[in-house]
Amino acid sequence: MSPRFGVGAAVQVRAAFPPGHVRTPFFVRGKSGRVTEILGPYRNPEELAYGRSGEPALPLYRVIFETASLWDDYQGAAKDTTLVDIYENWLDPVETRT
Amino acid sequence: MARDHTHEHSHGHAPHPFQPDLEDTPLTHYQAMTQAVGDLLIEKGVFSADELRATLESIDARSPAAGARMVARAWVDEAFKAHMLEDVNAAAQELGIDAGGIPIRAVENTEVLHNVIVCTLCSCYPRLLIGLPPDWYKSRSYRSRTVREPRTVLAEFGTVIPEQVEVRVHDSTADLRYLVIPARPAGTDGWDEAALAEIVTRDCMVGVTLPKVPAF
Repeated sequence: MSPRFGVGAAVQVRAAFPPGHVRTPFFVRGKSGRVTEILGPYRNPEELAYGRSGEPALPLYRVIFETASLWDDYQGAAKDTTLVDIYENWLDPVETRT
Repeated sequence: MARDHTHEHSHGHAPHPFQPDLEDTPLTHYQAMTQAVGDLLIEKGVFSADELRATLESIDARSPAAGARMVARAWVDEAFKAHMLEDVNAAAQELGIDAGGIPIRAVENTEVLHNVIVCTLCSCYPRLLIGLPPDWYKSRSYRSRTVREPRTVLAEFGTVIPEQVEVRVHDSTADLRYLVIPARPAGTDGWDEAALAEIVTRDCMVGVTLPKVPAF
């Protein structure tokens, strides 16, 4: 499975709340960030957790967020960032205007 | 059995409270399951009790020393640092250190960037390089607050990051583990690698503290 997003791509984490074993933290769901790195294919943990094969493997990305965009009342610096590793099935493209 | 004995003799004072031994509290569901699965695997000959013990011993024996050696080498050897930033597991091998099969990524602190590691979902941690995680790393408080208010959490560890330095939180919730390469502190010119490794603590490599040069 070739990666759908390249480095630098603007992405939005799906605002989904499925039951079961999920590795996407709540605090980034629905939030927008940018791909900083494609880590490679990794077996799907949502399948592996139930004893299945986890195939096909999913591209795993490092996604960077502005921390202030994640929390309404973030008290730190505007430049602070948060990086989260997110599997491709959780990411949608974001239309960017220049 | 000791736990069944009754206190019939008289001390002439009220019975003193005692801290319950592990066996005095009921097993939790997962403790019971862990024990049952372990017993079954031994009974079926998948591994022996001694192999299980030896594995636990080897996990317990891991310490931050391996990670500290790598950081100290990175401080004195730019090529090694570049290798480490590219591939920690391969760089570890160069020093004869087994970093295991889970990919580990190093992130470097600079004058304008401070990195801190958390696993908000569980307690992912580069155990082979820095040993077992401390209890606070696994606590709900650290896991939830480090993403929510990292600067406050860092300050509680005595680490005050200036406003102009970016605080970058790495949430290791997937297939990689993260290790911070702290910046080499001033006052360490001419130190050899062994002396440098001494000041690279576990907490420095998680990113909650900075290496400190002892005052002589």
